[in-house]
Amino acid sequence: MIELKQLTKIYGSKKKMTTALSGLNLKVNKGEIFGVIGHSGAGKSTLIRCINLLERPSQGEVWVGGTDLTKLGKRELQQHRRKIGMIFQHFNLLSSATVYDNVAFPLTLTGTPKAQIQAKVNELLALVGLEEHRGKYPAQLSGGQKQRVGIARALASDPDVLLCDEATSALDPQTTDSILKLLLDINRKFNLTILLITHEMHVIQSICDRVAVIHEGGIVEEGPVTEVFLKPRHFVTREFINRDAAGSAGEEGLKLAASVPHPEWARLVKITFLGAKTYESVLSQVVRETGVNFAILQGTISTIKDVPYGKLTVSFEGDDEKVGRTLALLRERDLDVEVIG
Amino acid sequence: MWGLDFSKIDWAEMGTASTDTLQMMGYATLFTFLIGLPLGVLLYTFSRSSSAVLGWVYRILSLIVNIIRSVPFIILIVALIPVTRAIMGVSSGVEGTIPPLVIGAAPFFARLVETALREVDRGVIEASHAMGATTFQVIRKVLLPESLPGLIAGMTITAVTLVSYTAMSGMVGGGGLGDLAIRYGYYRYEKEVMIVSVIFMVILVQVLQMLGDRLVIHFTRK
Repeated sequence: MIELKQLTKIYGSKKKMTTALSGLNLKVNKGEIFGVIGHSGAGKSTLIRCINLLERPSQGEVWVGGTDLTKLGKRELQQHRRKIGMIFQHFNLLSSATVYDNVAFPLTLTGTPKAQIQAKVNELLALVGLEEHRGKYPAQLSGGQKQRVGIARALASDPDVLLCDEATSALDPQTTDSILKLLLDINRKFNLTILLITHEMHVIQSICDRVAVIHEGGIVEEGPVTEVFLKPRHFVTREFINRDAAGSAGEEGLKLAASVPHPEWARLVKITFLGAKTYESVLSQVVRETGVNFAILQGTISTIKDVPYGKLTVSFEGDDEKVGRTLALLRERDLDVEVIG
Repeated sequence: MWGLDFSKIDWAEMGTASTDTLQMMGYATLFTFLIGLPLGVLLYTFSRSSSAVLGWVYRILSLIVNIIRSVPFIILIVALIPVTRAIMGVSSGVEGTIPPLVIGAAPFFARLVETALREVDRGVIEASHAMGATTFQVIRKVLLPESLPGLIAGMTITAVTLVSYTAMSGMVGGGGLGDLAIRYGYYRYEKEVMIVSVIFMVILVQVLQMLGDRLVIHFTRK
């Protein structure tokens, strides 16, 4: 649906140049929610603004729905932009227009007949749950409500793609979750492709199918969220995961676990469960079979999008042969097992 | 009262002068709006343009606007006599005052328009571009409605400035309250006419300002 090829963006004049993006490649499939995470200054804002050419790339191609937007003239670009919805961190609503008129705005640009606009806007206001607020002005709304207006507005022209530029960064955690849920609903209902950028791992973990980590103008790690989240390879990815509340609890717990006095011959093992296995009694079955004792030092269970996962730090006590067999059996059952001490 | 004798005021003359002032101010405000608004929008658009040519057009336009604004109005009136005669057929009276008033005030209002447009949140403009709006649509559907309170405030300031400008119309026999105040009060030491004229102008300015402020509040959505 979206494909960026060798995307490069250089700001500034010949004297002082800043490279925001350097030869970046990215592919987003139809119907998926793709997240790009990065620190501020990593180039993620430039990246998303290059997709609808709010920012014209210095080099490279931007393919959206089979068209290279960089090759289009002004008029054609305007046409194509109507099929790319976008929501913003600061909502960017017309302060002088009511909720209704804000949602109707993209339709008035194309000269849509009034009756048609009315039907569409009513449908969208129902979708985002703002029917009662149709006559209000943005200043009378809460942040979450404003973003709902933004989402309804972005959907008004039936876009193929929705771009989310830090859409939840200005919202409190509860509101963030309700907006994320709305985005997920929309994605499922309309099979709408969503590309979002964020600096919060929580956002990626909640709704994204795939994730790319952007650092210094390039993608350093990319893959399904479950994979990247549970087995981060790049240090920036690890930073993000550890900064997240659940992730950092894991890291802290690990340090704590390692500091707990335990017999020298005990093996400290990190076990990661993914999917339905998270809720199965795998561990107890295995230890009953091998006859080792274990102590759980630390553990978390959470979900990535709707995939449950668990992380356990366990100390196994038994002779090397028995512990070895235990680990082998756990691996046989598709658990990820890592000996850490 | 304070040795003043208000009975010698010619109220018919006062009435004519009031009507003249209202006419000059009314027409001048109308045409200043019609010329200044597009000029302000152009100034804003050119100043934001990435094109080098338009950048130069902006600089030239900006220079002309600044030059007109720096010439004292009383000099502008006299300097513009040939222009006024070309446009209106006459260069004196109420009609003869309107062109210099408009030429003097339009660049001033255009600057106020430009400033008001700059206050519009860039994010909203960007969002409109992202939705596929053309430059013209952005101006008509985003910039103007979003800056409406600022534009009204600018128009109010301009109208008030025009009231004080009309006082100089006496130079070309334009009449009006200001002219009356200067002729009677300054040249003939008849303070009474001057005082009443000034009071009328104060009332006019108050009413204009109040009206403007009300409208600004009415249209402010923030």
